[in-house]
Amino acid sequence: MSVETPMKYEPMRYAEALARFEPVLGIETHIELGTVSKMFCGCRTVFGAEPNTQVCPVCLGLPGSLPVTNRAAIEGIIKIGLALNCDIVEWCRFARKNYFYPDMPKNYQISQYDEPLCVDGHLDVEVDGETYRIEIERVHMEEDTGKSLHVGGETGRIHGADYSLVDYNRAGIPLVEIVTKPITATGEKAPLVARAYAAELRDLVRSLGVSDVRMEQGSMRCDVNVSLMPRGADQWGTRTETKNVNSLRSVERSVRSEIERQAGVLAAGGRITQETRHFQEATGTTTSGRSKEEAQDYRYFPEPDLIPMAPPREWVEELRATLPELPAARRRRVQGEWGLTDLELRDVVNAGALDLIEDTIKAGADAGAARKWWMNELSRRATEQSVELADLPITPGQVARVQAMVDAKELNDKLARKVFEGVLAGEGGPDEVVAARGLKVVSDTGALEAIIDQVIADNADAADKVRSGKVAAVGALVGAVMKASRGQADAASARELLLKKLDQA
Amino acid sequence: MSELIGKGAAELGELIASGETSAEEVAAAHLDRIHAVDAEVHAFLHVDREGVLAQARGIDERRAAGEELGPLAGVPVAHKDVFTTKDMPTTAGSKILEGWRPPYDATVTARLRAAGMVILGKTNMDEFAMGSSTENSAFGPSRNPWDLTRIPGGSSGGSSAAVAAYEAPLGTGTDTGGSIRQPAAVTGLVGMKPTYGGASRYGMIAFASSLDTPGPFARNVLDAALMQAAFSGHDPMDSTSIDAPVPPVVEAARRADVNGLRVGVVKEFAGEGYQPGVLNRFNETVELLESLGAKVVEVSCPHFTYAMPAYYLIAPSECSSNLARFDAMRFGLRVGDDGTRSAEEIMALTRAEGFGPEVKRRIMLGTYALSSGYYDAYYGKSQQVRTLIMRDFEAAFEQVDVLISPTTPTTAFPIGERADDPMAMYLADLCTIPANLSGNPAISVPCGLADEDGLPVGVQIMAPVLADDRVYRVGAALEKALEDRWGGPLLAKAPKLEAGE
Amino acid sequence: MSAITRAEVAHLARLSRLALGEDELDHLAAQLDQIISAVARVQEVAAEDIPPTSHALPLTNVYRADENRPSLTPEQALAAAPAAEQQRFRVPRILDEEA
Repeated sequence: MSVETPMKYEPMRYAEALARFEPVLGIETHIELGTVSKMFCGCRTVFGAEPNTQVCPVCLGLPGSLPVTNRAAIEGIIKIGLALNCDIVEWCRFARKNYFYPDMPKNYQISQYDEPLCVDGHLDVEVDGETYRIEIERVHMEEDTGKSLHVGGETGRIHGADYSLVDYNRAGIPLVEIVTKPITATGEKAPLVARAYAAELRDLVRSLGVSDVRMEQGSMRCDVNVSLMPRGADQWGTRTETKNVNSLRSVERSVRSEIERQAGVLAAGGRITQETRHFQEATGTTTSGRSKEEAQDYRYFPEPDLIPMAPPREWVEELRATLPELPAARRRRVQGEWGLTDLELRDVVNAGALDLIEDTIKAGADAGAARKWWMNELSRRATEQSVELADLPITPGQVARVQAMVDAKELNDKLARKVFEGVLAGEGGPDEVVAARGLKVVSDTGALEAIIDQVIADNADAADKVRSGKVAAVGALVGAVMKASRGQADAASARELLLKKLDQA
Repeated sequence: MSELIGKGAAELGELIASGETSAEEVAAAHLDRIHAVDAEVHAFLHVDREGVLAQARGIDERRAAGEELGPLAGVPVAHKDVFTTKDMPTTAGSKILEGWRPPYDATVTARLRAAGMVILGKTNMDEFAMGSSTENSAFGPSRNPWDLTRIPGGSSGGSSAAVAAYEAPLGTGTDTGGSIRQPAAVTGLVGMKPTYGGASRYGMIAFASSLDTPGPFARNVLDAALMQAAFSGHDPMDSTSIDAPVPPVVEAARRADVNGLRVGVVKEFAGEGYQPGVLNRFNETVELLESLGAKVVEVSCPHFTYAMPAYYLIAPSECSSNLARFDAMRFGLRVGDDGTRSAEEIMALTRAEGFGPEVKRRIMLGTYALSSGYYDAYYGKSQQVRTLIMRDFEAAFEQVDVLISPTTPTTAFPIGERADDPMAMYLADLCTIPANLSGNPAISVPCGLADEDGLPVGVQIMAPVLADDRVYRVGAALEKALEDRWGGPLLAKAPKLEAGE
Repeated sequence: MSAITRAEVAHLARLSRLALGEDELDHLAAQLDQIISAVARVQEVAAEDIPPTSHALPLTNVYRADENRPSLTPEQALAAAPAAEQQRFRVPRILDEEA
């Protein structure tokens, strides 16, 4: 028997791939819950702690140790299940998933197999104004593994490494796995739907307060399954699973590149191997994981060290009652309250400004002003500094305070921007910046009149034009007043006074 | 030999409490005894004389300082090497763990210490508690003090040998399929498997998690009850631990009467494969119970004969997973790490070298029973059998208060006789396994010597879940009547072990 | 007919991470065959409608509060490690990304 050499296939252009094939997706998402202790022991869960400082006999899998389930983790997963419209089952068990791997201390993972805690839910996502309902197959509870550092070889990658160093701080952190049913009929929108699902799920879980869902820190990770079937066929193709995709952008790109790759293979008469693949950020493509000599056989069986879970219905209803307003409902509400178009709403959501604007409104600002400051001035500064809007060193309360001063005509917009500049530069709160920088609208009518009289005298031509009825010419005079007052005059008042003095009021 | 070593735990506790002797004297006497006889008996894997004396002095100091201590304060105990101990190595009888020093104490260990007991050392056992003879220990077999050419039972055979050889008044064991009751029976001791969940498994190196139960060995029923009471009770570190008061076992052992009690003889546990001398002593015991006022009836538990096949699927399945952590990565033996081999290869080499034949056999059997395609036919079916056995118990306890049977079909067999015949070895647990599958409490108490070989025979008494006190009550009543008949404890008939010269 | 083939035994050894020699495999194949044939008796009695039992006691819902308990020190955690480096467990090279 001859050894088959792997063929090299060229990926197909996306448009052509979509013309010939229909993609089917499936997404498994792992989310680390933000409990203070681990899933089955009392160790801390702080991200980035010194290696092996958050370990004990239980999460190190030492002989004799036993797990005890963290109630808060179960509450967390039930909340997620409820928010995803799932049924919470009446009775279920943990199961052991048996396989050997050095970062998994017991060489089995405590997980759930055929008895997940939450089943049959859905999550609606929107892409380009169209709603896609993503059916949720199951949501189950498990534990995370440790982390390996690969030493030697070229790149610190696993292949070619001489040995590895393992830190078990992450081992045993509660992990919720959310599995979709096959996602079909998305056509060319498949990559966008996958991304929108991941984003919506992230926002949903964040709104529940059960995880920080930071993809860049690995507290949310997606495994994306993709298969293609020729258009008109009724049988799905073989799928591949791209593991641990760790940003929204990568979710989208990995689906797109996997569609292009699989289409290229299939069109050239090749076969798709059911395998694990890895997304490479640098090239935007997926590469094959090492193919296994033998099919995995996880030998699941009920975890004898843990007692079955039978969440009482009252408990489930109590938890349901604590659910906050979920992102979709909230978006619908604020869109109405703030009077936004679909496009404006999307911009606000994409900028991560929803909370900030809402909190600013709660602190007293009106919706229009709150949105204006966050979406324009402050977004611009966040972009300049390459930080998230929410990470700017300014609070919604401070933004509302600035707007209050504008409303009271103590500041104009130009001065307000200077106040923001001062706050962001760490000069203190809005009132301190106003005081320190002497930023105050000239509201003393006498002082303003003196400036205006001087401006009229200096700009006789323009003044005459206004007197003769060319009211538009007043703009130049207002500008001169603002200049003379070094920006501290209130433009509207100046205009009013000018027109009055020039007999046009 | 010092007369202190002939005394039971309750008596020693009283002597220490009254100041007639000290914990240190008692510990020293037992250390001397270990020194004298353990080269022959090989009950212990680890004894640290200075450490033991320091523990004992600590107890004496606490008492001198006026501290109120329990009835077992200062009493020595032989501790099975399956429980983790911070201050002593813990090997579970396996080469793969040789020299391992756990960073934590098992709950049972901690509670023995809290009771003021002095841990003499760690006792030998079949590797990972798999076996009925201690022949599967990586460190050589222990020997039966009644006949040093014979097995002391297993897996907790180090503890049974130690207590029977007067090296300790009390011993700890773990019972997954009979690993306390069978060694107690073949060495003439009392051995108790409490209700599953009655005592914590935390820090007990797991063999089969849904079956493993810690329990006591003693030379009399009251001593066993005292120790069970000392280490039992709810433990938040073990999810399967029962959150309920410990049954009143000490009171029951003192009460010692069976008048009016309904006793069921398990019909299925007799006949072919049972040694005549075992059946003779058992039948006499049944008559004795009747004469003491018990109402004896025969009870059928039709599925008990399927307990053994179910057990040899469930226990290996759980063990195949429990023992996966012994992989040369975080602790224990590592073989063949020459810098070129992969983690996967090192794991396989280490496990092949670090585990003995019986452990490998059971890991393989369990892996088979759980693997896809076989799960339903083997693991699944055995879990259904478990249900049937529990139903048999439930039905039986509607008719009777306790069930009795021989503890094990034969007396102690010669070392080597069944060593390479797993099926023959497994027969030793025939009568004890049902109580493990169902979680019921069961005790073995001595009921005489077999006519053929003059070796001890045990009777097993089983009760409903959480009625541990009931087996102590019956066991103590039997013990009293039998000792009246014998003119003293059975163990007094054992040949004297002479100080090894 | 035997209950288990030698090839299956070799497969089980790989799944169990046991590097067994040829002799050991032969010996084990015979013993496992005998044991499996004996324990297959469980298939005689259990009818379809009998519920399986995984736990001896009918307990449910045992949870602990989400509270921290002391961890080991890194020194304690690593004390028994066959090899350690940079406060981590040093393990031989890992072949696969994921088992």
